[in-house]
Amino acid sequence: MSTIVSLPDQSTAALPKRNYLNAEHGLLSWLLTGDHKRIAMLYLISITGFFFLGGAFAGLVRLELLTPAGDLLAADTYNKMFTMHGIVMIFLFLVPSVPATLGNFLIPIMIGARDLAFPKINLLSWYLYLIGGTFTLTALVLGGVDTGWTFTTPLSTHYLNTHVITTGLAIFVAGFSSIFTGLNFIVTIHRMRAPGMTWFRMPLFVWSNYAASILMVLGTPVLAIAIVLVVLERTIGLGVFDPAKGGDPLLFQHLFWFYSHPAVYIMILPGMGVISEVMANFSRKRVFGYTAVAFSSVAIAVFGFFVWAHHMFIMGVSNYSALVFSLLTMLVAVPSAIKIFNWSATLYKGSITFETPMLYAFGFIGLFTIGGLTGVFLGSLGMDIHLTETYFIVAHFHFVMVGGMLMAFLAGIHFWWPKMTGRMYPESLSKLAAVTTFIGFILTFFPQFILGYLGMPRRYHAYPADYQVLNVLSTAGATVLGVGYLLPILYLAWSLKYGEIAGPNPWQATGLEWQLQSPPLTENFTEIPYVDYEAYDFEWLAHKQKQEVTTVG
Amino acid sequence: MVVTQPGELQEEHEHEHVHLPQHRHHFETEEQQREAASFGMWLFLLTEIMFFGGLFMAYLLYRNWYNPAFVAASHTLSIKLGALNTAILITSGFCMAMAVWAAETRKRKALVNFLGLTNFFGIAFLVVKYFEYAEKWHDSHIPGLKFSIADFGKLGVDMAQKTQVYYSLYFAMTGMHALHMIIGIVLIFWYMVRANRGEFTEGYVAPIENFGLYWHFVDIVWIFLFPLLYLIDLGAK
Repeated sequence: MSTIVSLPDQSTAALPKRNYLNAEHGLLSWLLTGDHKRIAMLYLISITGFFFLGGAFAGLVRLELLTPAGDLLAADTYNKMFTMHGIVMIFLFLVPSVPATLGNFLIPIMIGARDLAFPKINLLSWYLYLIGGTFTLTALVLGGVDTGWTFTTPLSTHYLNTHVITTGLAIFVAGFSSIFTGLNFIVTIHRMRAPGMTWFRMPLFVWSNYAASILMVLGTPVLAIAIVLVVLERTIGLGVFDPAKGGDPLLFQHLFWFYSHPAVYIMILPGMGVISEVMANFSRKRVFGYTAVAFSSVAIAVFGFFVWAHHMFIMGVSNYSALVFSLLTMLVAVPSAIKIFNWSATLYKGSITFETPMLYAFGFIGLFTIGGLTGVFLGSLGMDIHLTETYFIVAHFHFVMVGGMLMAFLAGIHFWWPKMTGRMYPESLSKLAAVTTFIGFILTFFPQFILGYLGMPRRYHAYPADYQVLNVLSTAGATVLGVGYLLPILYLAWSLKYGEIAGPNPWQATGLEWQLQSPPLTENFTEIPYVDYEAYDFEWLAHKQKQEVTTVG
Repeated sequence: MVVTQPGELQEEHEHEHVHLPQHRHHFETEEQQREAASFGMWLFLLTEIMFFGGLFMAYLLYRNWYNPAFVAASHTLSIKLGALNTAILITSGFCMAMAVWAAETRKRKALVNFLGLTNFFGIAFLVVKYFEYAEKWHDSHIPGLKFSIADFGKLGVDMAQKTQVYYSLYFAMTGMHALHMIIGIVLIFWYMVRANRGEFTEGYVAPIENFGLYWHFVDIVWIFLFPLLYLIDLGAK
């Protein structure tokens, strides 16, 4: 199979003497760093930890569902498991996943800046994330929380004696971490672009992170106030959501979903940015319809704010508003489809190679499309009444979030690993991991669509024996999926010491980040570059490389 | 193509005035740094609008549903104290604006004094607020902690119970506002110390300007809270 990978001669190659990893030494140089690249690495380590914690909860949930009887976990323990799974995965993994790691590392370099606009606030974001994570762990150790990740009132305010307040504070604090990340990105992208780096020369990764940042900045504060009101209701008995005092529990859901629906776009948009980069690079072509893809990110961000009530069709919202929200929900499919079609068109007549990031990207496109289309089922009012609160919805959002986002995250991690560490990951092993993940994923979640369609409700720890075959398939798939996720962490750790030296541009990619040494210098650029070429201009790259050869020769 | 144009860059450096010690090196110019900070502050204020927006949304909803309860409960607040606080806060905002002016015109003493005055009025606001809250406690108007519908007999029991959602919003909104004031007051003390060292009167005024934006934002929130909470349907009183 052909490949575009070109590595320097391994017998003579070495990592650059001076780079951001060895610029300073000692634990404190990391904990007090202002360098966006180091903060990205700190985030990468912490979100990986929380990912495996959240994964462990999911493992217990799947184990319990292996048999129809509720025999492994008691009902309330089971409730705590899926709640902690949701909270950890959403607030502590998916939301910060691509923006806080890859975005943090790459956005300043991609636009030709030395750092994000506010390095100290960037570091503060990470500490807030850690404090949020610590509160979550505290709630877990004290006995957990069982509201579901949605904190629905009045369940969360009146009927539970678990650690809602601690968890609520965790999400409040973690929310500020996300707000500050978004704010930092927006300011950086507006104010710090290198000369010549116009808006339409930016890589699409930057565009999609920009769109996600808008959502973080506008959506998260609304979640914050909703959580504050829940905490105040539990602690001193304010009654904004309490019907006995005139409050309306549905208002909480409106406020919650006003953030939490856009939040799924906060999670998926940066992933879509990764896919754009990977698709272009491994097809050796400019992304088809660059402008349309760029604007579709912004369109998703805008539409994303006007669809929240589709989470509430069966909660007693009026039929007319349900109708409008259903229509608006369908509209989100348009910019999402623009992306899928443009990526497909990018492949057309491209010189496609199948390195690991590309395999993950293909996984993304297939799984995200299924996830997106089943979203249209759920957006239709009649279907939703049958399917909501069943495993169909669980399968739907796992296709989008795990099949889509996690695939994109892994595509990105593999794609930029040589840039972040200076070393290549082992190619054949990682291809195996990509395929394992895909197979495990399909096996885990496809049966859940059928289960849901047959009527198995979500969030129950026991079920009728008729559903067992599909549940066993799903649990078996989860095991495979677990292996698929463990492999990368093992070989990526291995590659830190033993991986091949990557050189500055192993993929022959066009982005500014690939024109630097790997790993980059702390200040990224010794001199701020002047950009006079479009994004994904492979001819420019070929021309530049030819010139380099002649100069050296 | 990535071309560095050393000639052009050098020329820029020659034009530049003396480097401020606060210039951070990841910014190309001090102008860029100042713009970035101010843009960041405006964005932060946008998040604050969304934060308070959730509360204003709740207010809009419940006032539509329970207008009689809102009117009756609103009339238990003291308009005099509310108006006094509005005046205090506007004065404090004026002092803040003067502080920004003092920083820009490099008057160190005036800056410290105006920041002090801003803080004095900010604290005065909270003191008045304390007496208002204490009165609510005394009248049993605090939902959850100490509440009775005795004062709202005219409304009928059902609607009288709904006054609790008014007071819930009253405490949530003014409480969040007061929390922002307290954060601001702590920050002002810190800025006073730094201003006294002369940090902001040598051309580096961005922190004072941006803090001014924050302080004015908190003022403006109050400008909305005062009529919405205190001045409902005065004719019916």
